[in-house]
Amino acid sequence: MTVLEFDHITKIYNVRGAGQIRALDDVSFTLRSGQTIGLVGQSGSGKSTIAKILTQLETPTSGEVRLDGAPIPRHGTALRRYRQQLRMVFQDPFASLNPYHSIRYHIERPLRLDDVVPKAQTEAEVRRLLERVRLDPDAVMERRPHELSGGQRQRIAIARALASRPAILVADEPVSMLDVSIRLGVLNLLAELQRDEGLGVLYITHDLATARHFSDEIIVLNQGRVVEHGTADEVILTPQDPYTRELRAASPDPESFFASAARDLGGAP
Amino acid sequence: MNEPLLSVRDFSVVYDVDPPVEAVSHVTLELQRGEVLGLAGESGCGKTTLAYGVQRLLKAPAVITSGSVVFHDASGDDVDLGALDAEQMRRFRWDKVSMVFQGAMNALNPVAPIGSQLEDVFEVHRPRMSARQRRAEVAELLEIVKVGAQRARSFPHELSGGMRQRVMIAMALALRPQLMVMDEPTTALDVLVQREILRQISQLRHEFGFSVIFITHDLPLLLEISDRIAIMREGEIVELDTAERIWTDPQNDYTKTLLSSFPRLTGERGVVAR
Repeated sequence: MTVLEFDHITKIYNVRGAGQIRALDDVSFTLRSGQTIGLVGQSGSGKSTIAKILTQLETPTSGEVRLDGAPIPRHGTALRRYRQQLRMVFQDPFASLNPYHSIRYHIERPLRLDDVVPKAQTEAEVRRLLERVRLDPDAVMERRPHELSGGQRQRIAIARALASRPAILVADEPVSMLDVSIRLGVLNLLAELQRDEGLGVLYITHDLATARHFSDEIIVLNQGRVVEHGTADEVILTPQDPYTRELRAASPDPESFFASAARDLGGAP
Repeated sequence: MNEPLLSVRDFSVVYDVDPPVEAVSHVTLELQRGEVLGLAGESGCGKTTLAYGVQRLLKAPAVITSGSVVFHDASGDDVDLGALDAEQMRRFRWDKVSMVFQGAMNALNPVAPIGSQLEDVFEVHRPRMSARQRRAEVAELLEIVKVGAQRARSFPHELSGGMRQRVMIAMALALRPQLMVMDEPTTALDVLVQREILRQISQLRHEFGFSVIFITHDLPLLLEISDRIAIMREGEIVELDTAERIWTDPQNDYTKTLLSSFPRLTGERGVVAR
């Protein structure tokens, strides 16, 4: 059982000309194995700053991140071991894979770097991981990213993240660049992997609908502050904070839209 | 409101590669004046090719292999777009039909102030306009889309994504076209900004009376903003009906699949098996 604690984190950026910007203001949450937390908010709300702090790409101005009670190491092998525990899936599968390298290379690298399996078993492990994300190893292994579709590429990114056998997965808008019709497939894959491997997942998104269906809990961020935190259904169906209500009202919701006669958008003039 | 603006008949586009790909296949549709027509479908279904094709914006290897497109101008003239020569087509574009491009946020020139980019439209299409008039028009446009005239000297990188998108809308609005084609205009924006921009498009449409062809794969969004929706698959329109009927009574199996493939904000849980 892995526990990730994000404990009273504040992050202040000094921006030339604009003075100090409080990107995060006293944010706390706890993520456990097997749990999914949805992190929602609009652009600039601080979602990505949280991801950057979790991966130690940024250091918090105050507060502490702990994995199983131990603070994030600042550098060296200890930091690498920490990052092996916590992996990311990025938004853009077109940019997050290296166009010069084969799919095999993308998955092999973390296996080698983190010494996950003995060298002789590398190929078998690459195959296992590709099968895990429902790709045919023989069909994709020697290909390059541009030969695959967006959905396939995102599956590669997931396989790569899983290669180091992490306990926590941070998924920053993992499906927003994909077609609506395949988003659900990728989310279902993530949900299944999470169940089987007991992963803790931090799902960062501005899409309230997928956040609700994919998460156990939802945290709503506005200008670096947590304005609401509760179970997914509570937060989306009965939002308490005005900002959450605003977000909800702005999200497309055909169900309620066609149920109500008042249409403020489109329609005949 | 039954006054056609654009009649597309039996329109086909083939990408002449080996083997040839029929990206748009015998599409027939009629767009009404003042209407918002949503064009939905997955990546590669041909929706962008169709929108570019009717304006003859496609380059080789794309070839229009059949069909006609007739624009019913407000003056009462019917313009056969297939019969215009290059110069007539250049005059027609942007004047009668304008576009807000996919990834419009990055479509602006990074090394020119937005005001001068907007002025370009008038320089090319209204050559007799004086410099002073052009500046006044640009200032008015920036006010209309609520970016503010004082931002005319700003460079694109000094504006937020939402503001850049408004500048693109201002540019599309410049010559008061009768049709605006919008290709994924809000996809890269967050929900609050997206909603603001959609409100603004709707307001402008009521004010200036243009029609909109709105292309996106975001069906939930399309259902809320369109009068009618065309569902495309593999180059064909498989269903075309009012938004309400597409939602309540879809006829085509593929439409049904698309409708069931997005999680509903307030619908039943369980679409993601957890």
